[in-house]
Amino acid sequence: MNQDRPVWIKRDYLLCSGCRRCEVACSLSHEEQIWPEASRVRVFMFVPGIEIPHLCFQCDDPECVDACPEGALSVDKKTKAIRVDDSLCTACGVCIDACPGSVPHLHPEGNHIVICDLCGGDPECVKTCQEGRWNALTLGEENMKRQSPETPRALTQKTGNAILGEKTLREVWDQ
Amino acid sequence: MRGYAGKFLDVNLSTGEIRETKFADRVLRDFVGGRGLATKILWDRLGKRWETVDPLGPENILLMLTGPLTGYFPGTKICVSGKSPQCNGVVGSTVAGEFGVDLKCAGYDGLIISGRGEKPCYMTVFDDQVEIKDASSIWGKQGRETVRYLTRKSVDEVKVRHPGYGEAKEPSMLYIGPAGEHATRVAVVLTKYAHAAGYGGYGGVMGSKNLKAVVAKGFGPLPEVDDPESMAAMYKTMSAPAYERETFRRWGTGNGGYYFGAGTSSEPIRNWQEEWHDIEDYSGDEFDKFWAKKYWGDFGCPVTCLKLAVLRSGKYEGAICDNPDYELQSYDGTNLGVFDPEVNIHLASVVNEMGLCGIQGGAVLGLAAELYQRGVLTRDDLEGIELEWGNPEAFEALMNLVVNRKGIGDILAQGVYRAAKRIEEMKGVGLMQYVVHEKGMAIGAHGIRSEKDFISDLIGYACSTQGGDHGSQAHFPPFGQGGELSAILHDSAVYCMFAKSVDNEEVFRFYTAITGWKLTAEDWYNKKALRILQIQRAMLLLGGPDITWRPKIDDDNPPRFWEPMPSGPFKGKALDRKTFEKTRAKYYRAVGWDKDGVPTPETLKSLGLSTVNSKLNAAGFRD
Repeated sequence: MNQDRPVWIKRDYLLCSGCRRCEVACSLSHEEQIWPEASRVRVFMFVPGIEIPHLCFQCDDPECVDACPEGALSVDKKTKAIRVDDSLCTACGVCIDACPGSVPHLHPEGNHIVICDLCGGDPECVKTCQEGRWNALTLGEENMKRQSPETPRALTQKTGNAILGEKTLREVWDQ
Repeated sequence: MRGYAGKFLDVNLSTGEIRETKFADRVLRDFVGGRGLATKILWDRLGKRWETVDPLGPENILLMLTGPLTGYFPGTKICVSGKSPQCNGVVGSTVAGEFGVDLKCAGYDGLIISGRGEKPCYMTVFDDQVEIKDASSIWGKQGRETVRYLTRKSVDEVKVRHPGYGEAKEPSMLYIGPAGEHATRVAVVLTKYAHAAGYGGYGGVMGSKNLKAVVAKGFGPLPEVDDPESMAAMYKTMSAPAYERETFRRWGTGNGGYYFGAGTSSEPIRNWQEEWHDIEDYSGDEFDKFWAKKYWGDFGCPVTCLKLAVLRSGKYEGAICDNPDYELQSYDGTNLGVFDPEVNIHLASVVNEMGLCGIQGGAVLGLAAELYQRGVLTRDDLEGIELEWGNPEAFEALMNLVVNRKGIGDILAQGVYRAAKRIEEMKGVGLMQYVVHEKGMAIGAHGIRSEKDFISDLIGYACSTQGGDHGSQAHFPPFGQGGELSAILHDSAVYCMFAKSVDNEEVFRFYTAITGWKLTAEDWYNKKALRILQIQRAMLLLGGPDITWRPKIDDDNPPRFWEPMPSGPFKGKALDRKTFEKTRAKYYRAVGWDKDGVPTPETLKSLGLSTVNSKLNAAGFRD
């Protein structure tokens, strides 16, 4: 089901079970096989119990698009997803450095960048997360304030503090 | 070959040699992976001299094996195996997590590890780059410190290996704690903080090889499958019924600490002196108060039955564990006279940190406490510890002795059966009536006397090829859902039996979608699983070098289970030995064993196991 309206994916890190079914769903949809590293959403677990599903935050004024020297990135007019034109992308990695959340990553085959394309407006990761009623990933309403981009490390720090407490997190995590 | 990466890592830690091994399609079709393939590898490589192989010596082989369904099945595990230092047979010991997925994505179906590292070492598998590394900076470290160090080190290494890739995800790992390093028989192989391959005692095997951890990261996809469309469709249809298991999803096994006591009278209390309690302060709702995450799962899991428990304040601030799940609620709770969730979470956290088995470790602490209660062990024997029921400090102190094998701890580190034997010699008294074990393994926290537990087969433990393992119970009739031949399916195809929410027929269809190989119920129960069962049984009976089981005597329930139930609504209820013996005889016949429980020559020959038959002949089992 393609949707002709802007959507965004809201995350609640405290609800993420770490089941990584989002990675399965994403890679099955985009790669037709189960391929965690090729998934556009990747679950980071620098600390067991602190699982961070990490994917494009869809900034209002995406720095990755501005930074791309090849003009390979663009904002989808309908969904507002970042589109990657694989034929133009040289895998130079400039967009990774430009992204304040450090979200984009190379396809494991190394020839282009992968960024969440919102599956055309009906993201598979959200569907699987909701089917299982974890609801760590849900669809945000257009008029809601979107979450600011953050790196996996920053999110681990915040979420870890909330789950384990600052003292225990310091003991178990070597940043 | 579909569903398999197609190659295994064959590592000799003594020589440092690392090579790739492949198995013929025929072998994989018959033995599948995980537990089944472990049985085959161990028989081929060690079968001839099985009785002489010291499970804690360099000659033992440590296996970490995926199966063809690992990663594809919703609910992932890996199977750890080898000759077990607990039962001297083979146990397929599975643990959830991403390790199996990373391994397959790196291009390997498993690791076959022999020899012994000259110095403490750990292994890394980064795609096809496999190395043995120095572990001196983590040897002696507890679980969290080990995970902390290896995560940082390995993420850094991924960055170096994949420059410009973007943020590097952490690799997966299997590791041991101090209990494993000291080669105790009550140690587990861990992943994350609280996931353990428990039964079998493979933490000690890993430690005996000077191997602290194996780290894996694969950048590839899971291996190609035969029918991708059916795979993707079945992934959904097999998950749907799992979503409906409301109670299990809500509680996991974490309401068990109350339920199996109050509800079914089958919970170990003070070393099984009782099986009933109705202390509501030990209910799931009370544990729930400490859950930082209500759903904690591993790769692909539709159930996420684990819960992350964290103590954020109080005396035991900083404790982290899963739930605890029922086995640890009981063995490291009620079995030690502890009925306080906070104390139990703390003890479970310490058990995990030490790399101790929650079941075997908790059982041996409970045994020691009963011997103290009865005056068999004194304060002097226990290095000054006053081992009173319900005293967490006392149990923690004793745990330290066990893990470090100091004083009485060295004896207790051998597990309930061996420890009791040794203390019998020391004290000149009989103690077997207090030892609740099956073939050297403390049994799962599911008593059978009330016959109300989900494990209620009188022969369940007695006839299992994995001794006290409550996940691999013998069942009469043996063919069909339930029983060991089903357990062999889960542990050989290697997926999570707790996440499995469909019947075996559906698993057979899924197996075909993945591998392209047909598998029928008839083929599985009457040939493949039965063949694996026979080899496992033969190796359990061959045993050695320190203990050999005699099925006529040892295919029995622990003595305590023959006593009448001491308390609760089932007080006075006793099991009927005649029924037990009849069922056992029927089971023996059904699986092709003689009246003494030895696989018959006809059975073995019909399954193509003539070498097993010759070995049993030579070892005197037909005399």
